[in-house]
Amino acid sequence: MTLPKLELRGVWKSFEDKEVLRDVGLTVGHHDVVCLIGSSGSGKSTMLKCINLLFPIDRGQILFDGADITAPGVNANQVREKMGIVFQAFNLFPHMTVLDNITLSPRKVHGAAKSRAEAQARDLLARFGLSDKIDEYPDRLSGGQQQRVAIVRALATEPELMLFDEVTSALDPELVSEVLNVIRGLKDVGMTMVIATHEMGFARDVADQVCFLDEGRILEHGVPDQIFSSPQEPRTKQFLQRIIDAGRL
Amino acid sequence: MREPSSIDNVGGGPGLLGPPPAPGRREEGTRAALIAFASTIIFTIVALWVILASPNWPKIQQQFFDWGHFVEAFPAILKGFWLDIKMFLGAEVIILILSLIIAMIRSLRGPAFFPIRALAVVFIDIIRGVPVILLILLMGFGIPALQLPGVPKSALFWGLTALILSYSAYTAEVYRAGIESVHESQRMSARSLGLTQGQALRYVLVPQAIRNVVPALLNGFVSLQKDVALVLVLGIREAVRAADIYAAKTFNYTGYIAATLLFLIVSIPVARFTDWYTERDRRRKQSVTA
Repeated sequence: MTLPKLELRGVWKSFEDKEVLRDVGLTVGHHDVVCLIGSSGSGKSTMLKCINLLFPIDRGQILFDGADITAPGVNANQVREKMGIVFQAFNLFPHMTVLDNITLSPRKVHGAAKSRAEAQARDLLARFGLSDKIDEYPDRLSGGQQQRVAIVRALATEPELMLFDEVTSALDPELVSEVLNVIRGLKDVGMTMVIATHEMGFARDVADQVCFLDEGRILEHGVPDQIFSSPQEPRTKQFLQRIIDAGRL
Repeated sequence: MREPSSIDNVGGGPGLLGPPPAPGRREEGTRAALIAFASTIIFTIVALWVILASPNWPKIQQQFFDWGHFVEAFPAILKGFWLDIKMFLGAEVIILILSLIIAMIRSLRGPAFFPIRALAVVFIDIIRGVPVILLILLMGFGIPALQLPGVPKSALFWGLTALILSYSAYTAEVYRAGIESVHESQRMSARSLGLTQGQALRYVLVPQAIRNVVPALLNGFVSLQKDVALVLVLGIREAVRAADIYAAKTFNYTGYIAATLLFLIVSIPVARFTDWYTERDRRRKQSVTA
């Protein structure tokens, strides 16, 4: 049996007196797509930021390729080089062109030559249909284009794991699908992903595993059909009912 | 601080004094300009009348506005003013760099940086807590008196250093406010891409912060341009000190008016530029969100 790509063991995290993650455990296999669902404030976003080591955890372990990345003395920057994360909004650096946004990390962190980094950026932009935006500044792009560029920028560091933190929540409804399609494309090429999302149809469609978070705990997890068709926990049922009532599933 | 907008709109016309009227409203704009012009004239006449009619005016005129004394005092004051300008420009460059470094240190996160972060806070607290003039006196007279080997003994050097330190403490807080005004996601994005804290500050946060605080920095410019005169307490012959010497010699204060005019000639354009820049920046931001 191979090691899982990512494993969370009994992770606890609190901000001041508020416990945001309580005893969270999760195993993500290679090429797995895991969707995190739950209402706002349930801990989805914090969980992703802990995995990316943007927040230190209070207790527990996070293992990446079997190595404990939350152990003392681990170089967070080296860990992050293998992960990409995209946030809800304000991802792109507004004072840089699309090209500079994408090549910043390859050049400054990975030490790639300018010409190589730019060639790679051009390839990626072409792959995602963004070639004509290469010299634009972020404020000239639509929200959907901005998020797609943010994904391209994360991919430019050649991550082995991608984390998505409600990347479509701040978008106009008609721009949501272009971003989700990019993520679907990543699934097709076998990218391992953990995705916090409010798009239930998308989660059902793309996930190998769905986790329902409630007040910082993973209350229920399983394959999409099980979670969406026959949820066991009353809180899960209640949450899904609200989503259905809102016409979002 | 921005002047009240009523001052900007004196004249109501285009250019540095305020936004140009919209093209479709030219007639209205002309009318506004005429009203502003007329009210300015009336205001000036009334103000002059009040001053000139005061019983002491002839005496004041003689003591403060004497052309003969003006001509006589002017060369020394101008020479002093040139020193003010040199001090101002030199100090400003150092302040802009030093304060940015202090602000960056203060913005570092994580327990490992606690000592230097604490040092930056202590520096800012102490320097801001002491009146500038006291700092100038302490350093300008105190440090040369220590007679330390290899340390400059010039009062001008240490007076100016005091001014630089004081302004750097304030300006560092301006920069820091700018850095903190950048959205947290920007810092996280940078860090998640593997950039170190220093790289995130240098490539992502500081460039955006500077853009946000340019008006405040320009405001500091105007302030410093006048405050360099404070080194006069060390006996340095800059413009105000030169006017002082002239007044002591002749019992005529026209030199102060000469120095005032020289300071205004430099500070008013900078103030106008600050307003123009702020306005342009505001419009640019509006056009982006529109």
